[in-house]
Amino acid sequence: MSEIIKHGVIHEDDWTVLRLGEGEDATSVELPAGRVIVPLAVWLARRDTLGAQAEAGVLGVWLAGTEDPATLADDLLRLQLIAVDFPKFADGRGYSIATLLRARHGYGGELRAIGEVLRDQFSYLTRCGFDSLQPATGRYTRPQLEAALASLKDFSDPYQGAVDRAEPLFRRVTRKVAA
Amino acid sequence: MYQYDEYDQRIVDERVAQFRDQTQRYLAGELGEDEFRPLRLQNGLYIQRYAPMLRIAVPYGNLRADQMRMLGHIARTYDRGYGHFTTRQNLQFNWPRLEDVPEILAKLATVQMHAIQTSGNCIRNVTSDPFAGVAADEDIDPRPWCEIVRQWSTFHPEFAYLPRKFKIAVNGAKEDRAVIQVHDIGLDLKRDAEGRIGFRVLVGGGLGRTPIIGEEISPFVPWQDILSYCEAILRVYNLNGRRDNAYKARIKILVKALGIDAFRSQVEAEFAHLKGGPATLTVDEVHRVADHFVDPSYETLPASDAGYTDQLAANKAFAAWARRNVRAHKQPGYASVVLSLKKTGIAPGDITADQFDSVAVLADAFGFGEVRVTHEQNLVLADVKQSDLFAVWEAARDAGLATPNIGLLTDIIACPGGDFCALANAKSIPIANAIQARFDDLDYLHDIGEIEINISGCMNACGHHHVGHIGVLGVDKNGQEWYQVSIGGDQGNDTALGKVIGPSFAADEMPDVISSLIETYTANRHDDERFIDTVRRVGADPFKTRVYADREARKQAHV
Repeated sequence: MSEIIKHGVIHEDDWTVLRLGEGEDATSVELPAGRVIVPLAVWLARRDTLGAQAEAGVLGVWLAGTEDPATLADDLLRLQLIAVDFPKFADGRGYSIATLLRARHGYGGELRAIGEVLRDQFSYLTRCGFDSLQPATGRYTRPQLEAALASLKDFSDPYQGAVDRAEPLFRRVTRKVAA
Repeated sequence: MYQYDEYDQRIVDERVAQFRDQTQRYLAGELGEDEFRPLRLQNGLYIQRYAPMLRIAVPYGNLRADQMRMLGHIARTYDRGYGHFTTRQNLQFNWPRLEDVPEILAKLATVQMHAIQTSGNCIRNVTSDPFAGVAADEDIDPRPWCEIVRQWSTFHPEFAYLPRKFKIAVNGAKEDRAVIQVHDIGLDLKRDAEGRIGFRVLVGGGLGRTPIIGEEISPFVPWQDILSYCEAILRVYNLNGRRDNAYKARIKILVKALGIDAFRSQVEAEFAHLKGGPATLTVDEVHRVADHFVDPSYETLPASDAGYTDQLAANKAFAAWARRNVRAHKQPGYASVVLSLKKTGIAPGDITADQFDSVAVLADAFGFGEVRVTHEQNLVLADVKQSDLFAVWEAARDAGLATPNIGLLTDIIACPGGDFCALANAKSIPIANAIQARFDDLDYLHDIGEIEINISGCMNACGHHHVGHIGVLGVDKNGQEWYQVSIGGDQGNDTALGKVIGPSFAADEMPDVISSLIETYTANRHDDERFIDTVRRVGADPFKTRVYADREARKQAHV
């Protein structure tokens, strides 16, 4: 079990993220038992057989930074969990991928950040549409994770629109004109 | 000038709280060095050669007198009594303690200042024309648009971890004084045939290791769409820019790799989805911001002040200063004054705590309380009555800010170089000072006329050496500091990249090299031809030949 933050609350979580090891093949790799998030390549190779599990909410798909979210456009209604991998926290492609999944393709299921997910990026991640955040196992103690919830509220009224609040500040509020 | 409302203020206050917490967690060991680095960089905090360096944002070069006073206070309290204005119109302190930075940021927030996104792989401080709003050749005031871009780019959640840094500049005048051709995005304010405002958009310019002049991606983006259009460019870059090699990660490399046409197609495809969306600017918002930049309450004055004319005739030193440091103004009876931060012997762009205060006093007394920073590392009082110029000159002279050298050879642009910067291969400041000392004769300086010398201590090119009429680049050769010289670079509408003249030089040769270049110019020039014009007309060869012949002669003389 790992701890994740979902909709701003800490949850115990039993999803396993499957990463292809060296020499492992998307068509043949054995899936672990229980709820599993598979690489896009596995999903694309075995969509027909895995579809029912996805619809039952026990199989999700994760995207790497190089992968185009449009690839999943036709599957979005079947998938209840999509994850985006951050190989390094400073690799910001996942922010655009999340934005496209939500704002362009209308994905409404769980969108999870996995990989190097750190508290100081929580606020940007949620603004780009991630509703679940999964720091690497062991990165934070429980008290640290509880303290980290505060980072979700670092900024109360951002200037620009994003997935969480589509309208920019100048559309959300009436700003006073200069005196 | 823009004044914060409650929303702007809350954002910088929340940033201070956020960074205070991050710094505490770092000092407590909860946040690793690698994890803290991008966080502190996005707050302008570098760990430098001797100490941290804090880069404070001066949005598009605009400052108020109370902000100058606060900078003076910070210089005195947390630094060694001085600061340094950069080629991106920002201000750096070289000696703050990491532990003090949250407190410094808290003090800055009390005068509507911050260090947000002054470094890191994010959208940096937007830069512009220091004469915005007062230049006679201005078509459209760029400042409201700069502020709109500033707000949009501040804590943009999607673009905080780009492949590399990203710089936007805005120009609204006939003559580009914002160097928009060497920015990641250059925005050139235009009117279409019906008089509607929009932007010609350049993309993929930049200096650094691979200098490239930006290419036009769109001849005209209507003002309503400009944020959506920028968002489209940034998204294509964020998803496709290289992340495997920091030296090839800037957008210019992506644009070159794809070609401007293919890059444009991707941006246009993205823009098609965003156009008309919530980021579309409204008339109300543009008016709200533009209302901060209305003209100050000018007096109605004759075009030329009789007293000023008399003072020019009576005082040679004042006239020499006025000739170089005073610029024409759109408003009759007014002028703009450039306060020189290029006194010989001082690091270009450096300013002491007392000078911060002096400038604040001058701005309050004679300049509607406002100050501008130029990318040439000088300061500007944009709106001064001609009848006040003599008093401004006297006070500026007393403060060491009236060196009459704006645009002349000693008005050297230089990065902090190896004296401060951890990235530098070589020192910049002593080279600048040695050249200034060589050319200390004012009559000779005026005879040489307008010329720009730019010095960078490494190929990151913070001194913009590629676009200097004479560019000097510090290089490391077997652990020793050498200097590569280029000529023919230029900024503005005729932006060009200089060409290296040949093998590099030792530091002590540099004043001689500059002398050889200048003597070649004076021997070849036509009447009223600037250095750069002569280089363009006769080519680099006569300059090269002379420089290396003189060098050989010096060697022989020492044998």
